[in-house]
Amino acid sequence: MVESRVTRVVLRLGAGATLAFIYLPLVVIAIYAFNENISQTWPIEHYTTKWFGVAWRDESVRGALWTSVKAALGATAIALVLGTLASMAVSRYRFFGKETISFLVILPIALPGIITGLALQATILNVLTPLGISFSIWTIIIGHGTFCIVVIYNNAVARIRRLSGSLEEASVDLGADAWQTFRFVTFPQLRTALLAGGLLAFALSFDEVVVTIFTSGAQQTLPIWIFTNFARPRELPIVNVVALFVVVASIIPVWIALRVAGGTGLTSDRRGGEGLSALDAEP
Amino acid sequence: MLLAGPLGWMVVLYLGSLFVLFLAAFWDTEPYTSEIVHTWTLDNFEQILEKPVYRDVAWRTISMAIYVTIADAVLAFPLAYYMARVASPRTRSLLVVAVLTPLWAGYLVKAYIWRTMLGEQGVVNWLLEPFGLSGPGYTTAGLWLTFTYLWLPFMILPIYAGLERIPGSLLEASADLGARSVRTFWKVTVPLVFPAVVAGSIFTFSLTLGDYILPGLIADEQFIGTVIYGDHGTALPVAAAYAMVPVAVMTAYLLVAKRLGAFESL
Repeated sequence: MVESRVTRVVLRLGAGATLAFIYLPLVVIAIYAFNENISQTWPIEHYTTKWFGVAWRDESVRGALWTSVKAALGATAIALVLGTLASMAVSRYRFFGKETISFLVILPIALPGIITGLALQATILNVLTPLGISFSIWTIIIGHGTFCIVVIYNNAVARIRRLSGSLEEASVDLGADAWQTFRFVTFPQLRTALLAGGLLAFALSFDEVVVTIFTSGAQQTLPIWIFTNFARPRELPIVNVVALFVVVASIIPVWIALRVAGGTGLTSDRRGGEGLSALDAEP
Repeated sequence: MLLAGPLGWMVVLYLGSLFVLFLAAFWDTEPYTSEIVHTWTLDNFEQILEKPVYRDVAWRTISMAIYVTIADAVLAFPLAYYMARVASPRTRSLLVVAVLTPLWAGYLVKAYIWRTMLGEQGVVNWLLEPFGLSGPGYTTAGLWLTFTYLWLPFMILPIYAGLERIPGSLLEASADLGARSVRTFWKVTVPLVFPAVVAGSIFTFSLTLGDYILPGLIADEQFIGTVIYGDHGTALPVAAAYAMVPVAVMTAYLLVAKRLGAFESL
């Protein structure tokens, strides 16, 4: 260890301060959900759980929740299929333009969200609407699916890289067709990576708002419900509850995913995989 | 064969969409009805280059992106360094989870809670009051704080990965050769980790350039994103042309980042 004692103490303090900065707002939102008062002044005087009930009975909140769940499930399904296919193609075969694929799938989250959103909206208005697909749950799913592919892809590519191709070759040599090989050999080895990727895709879709605003038309997802309601002072207690719910609903799948496969897919596999190896459920 | 589906989806839908947006930048708008006319014109670009408003907003956004990037790098470094070189393996993996988790906790929720916290009677002022200070409130500084908060994990993770990749023997060699720790830090650690900082800055930069919700929410100011968002309903061609500004800035940024070796740190 090159670092001196003093350096280490300073580092520990600095690290603690940064962590506190990261977590303070999340703690605050959890506390606000129990605020009895409609005005959002701090410190909070009285605590209550009544707003949870109010939020649950609210028709618009329920509608938005349902839309969010449908959109996240649809987007996850699309991303699972396309992300898996792309990862297998890239890992197992050589072809022209292979390098571009990784770049292409990461583009929707690397470009500013407003660009992706605006581009998709322009396409929906100018191309899809004439074809009969106008703003609906489907346009939300298409948009979310597009930027969710990357998490599945990254998780699957990281896993395939660790597997050897010999099992698949053996399967083919023993007479299995391509589908049987995938179904009985490749898929079981990929399962946890795909589960983790799927959970992350769900979480990513569930709280997305920047692109969704452009692709949703009149539909409201939960984050859009928050967006339209936090300008209304009387709705704020419900907004607090919904906000806490969105945080919890996005964090839980991520935690499960981290335990299952030890990667996030948003950042590269090397980083997530190595750093989280202690949590990796598999040898 | 495997590629047909994903490639078709990405190329047709996504690249196609980007292309439509690019084309839209050259379309014209009927001045009275705001209808889009599909005739080719460079007027939109001319407007953006000539009207000082567009230039001011672009400059304001880019400087905000720079300040946010610097703040994030400064905040991220001690934590990343602690994770990579001081913490035990177990603490390290817990810290990685601790940094990753808020990344997924929802952009809008975090924006909303900062709006609440920065209020006149919010948490920030309450925390600072005992010291005789008051928070930035709904100002550009408050906006800067919120941006810095939101993009921080994107900076911590690449720096952590970059630091972890530096072999400890290099630092020991520097110490053995008589360099004091400050000198080792500036002459060995910083140059080696710099590409990772640039990698993190790709995110902080891109995210700030494209944001259209926070500026209006926290500080009531015009940024590139808010202008595009404000224009896109009534004047899509101008909005599309203006959208080419962040795209151009990011393209240039990515090219420079690539030369600095940041892509290996991504």
